[in-house]
Amino acid sequence: MSTSSEIYSLRVNGTDQHVKDAWIGESLLYVLRERLGFMGSKGACEQGECGSCTVLINNDAVCSCLVMAASAIDTDIITVEGLAPSESPNDIQQAFVTEGAVQCGFCTPGLIVAVHHLLETNSSPTEIEVKEALSGNICRCTGYGRIFSAVQLVISQREKSIS
Amino acid sequence: MTIFSPRSLTEALQVLNEHPTARLLAGGTDTMVEINFRHFEPGDIISLRHVQELQVFETLSTGYRLGAAIPYKQFENGSFSHVSGALSEASRTVGSPQIRATGTIGGNLGTCSPAGDTLPVLSALDAQIELSSINGIRMLSIHDFMLGVKRNARVSNEIITAIHIPKINGFQGYAKVGVRNAMVISIASACLIHNMDKSHISLALGAVGPTIIRCRTAEKWLTQNADLSTSTALTTEVIEEFGRLAASEALPITDHRSTAEYRKHAVGVLAQRLLKRAMK
Repeated sequence: MSTSSEIYSLRVNGTDQHVKDAWIGESLLYVLRERLGFMGSKGACEQGECGSCTVLINNDAVCSCLVMAASAIDTDIITVEGLAPSESPNDIQQAFVTEGAVQCGFCTPGLIVAVHHLLETNSSPTEIEVKEALSGNICRCTGYGRIFSAVQLVISQREKSIS
Repeated sequence: MTIFSPRSLTEALQVLNEHPTARLLAGGTDTMVEINFRHFEPGDIISLRHVQELQVFETLSTGYRLGAAIPYKQFENGSFSHVSGALSEASRTVGSPQIRATGTIGGNLGTCSPAGDTLPVLSALDAQIELSSINGIRMLSIHDFMLGVKRNARVSNEIITAIHIPKINGFQGYAKVGVRNAMVISIASACLIHNMDKSHISLALGAVGPTIIRCRTAEKWLTQNADLSTSTALTTEVIEEFGRLAASEALPITDHRSTAEYRKHAVGVLAQRLLKRAMK
């Protein structure tokens, strides 16, 4: 059994990261941003309402603000930085740009992770499935229309590339 | 201040016995909000994330045993709906996909909020709660487990290890009122279970009292005034009286989410709606 009050390791985007001198109650969001320098995940509500801190843990999309960082040892954590290198956006990120689904951009990283997770588990979701999958991500700028258009664009592009 | 990450139930029970004031951490969706807002200063923590025994689902001869650390996500899955349709529906109303991938049914019991979404279902199903300690296993009825607002009968060296629910022949339904479909804490909720083999309908209400309320008066009245051995449509008078009795058993308060008057009205409507769905 591991007891970790001072030092522990997290596997972030495939690489082991050592966390030192951490306070036990720190959330994964805080550790990712403030201790490990992964600034992609955003902190807004810190109570799981807004989804801007969404990351993948063992292929589940979760709010990193609600995960105690020290409890996430021996899991696979993927942040938005792990989905594509910053200089070459993936198709989901590009679709958000193309469709104008980004305004202030604060919710965008969480939405990108949530959309990535949805399309990994369901490559051709219905409109209602998209809405339900993104129901935990709040955007106060776009009114969501352009976000849903961006998701549809990715779905149609991926279908074309297969056929 | 230490976090323990036991790898088995035996290890978890031992470390809890040695650190009885430790906070048990399941999904963390309640505890982390308390910590983030500095409402709770963590001492020792026992993380249950890596205790595989708590993730196990089993089919028993008379029902099912649900591992306490199974996340809501697994219950909302269509393949689970034959086990308990109401638990499936209730799980789907919890928070958002992110919360449902993290939060667990055992955590819902541990927090024991009157608005806990799965608790009316467990009440209406007369679930048995399995509590384990280094001394062995104790089974407790859900009705004896829930004591009040965020208070339950778990003692400090116990872990909620599983929930036992019966197999039911008949309708199961859950309904909830909130301000939107996702990411909402219940203003009022209700679960109705029709056990045709026992000619009985049970009804439990959430978020309208210090803990979940079982509507014994409404249930008894319905048994005396309707044939519950089959699913047959009831008269409007019977449905309305059932709703009125259910509402009269609610003990709601007015708070930042709603008023007592609205909650009382809402649970009466939910009870009628569920009864109509069950009997048609």
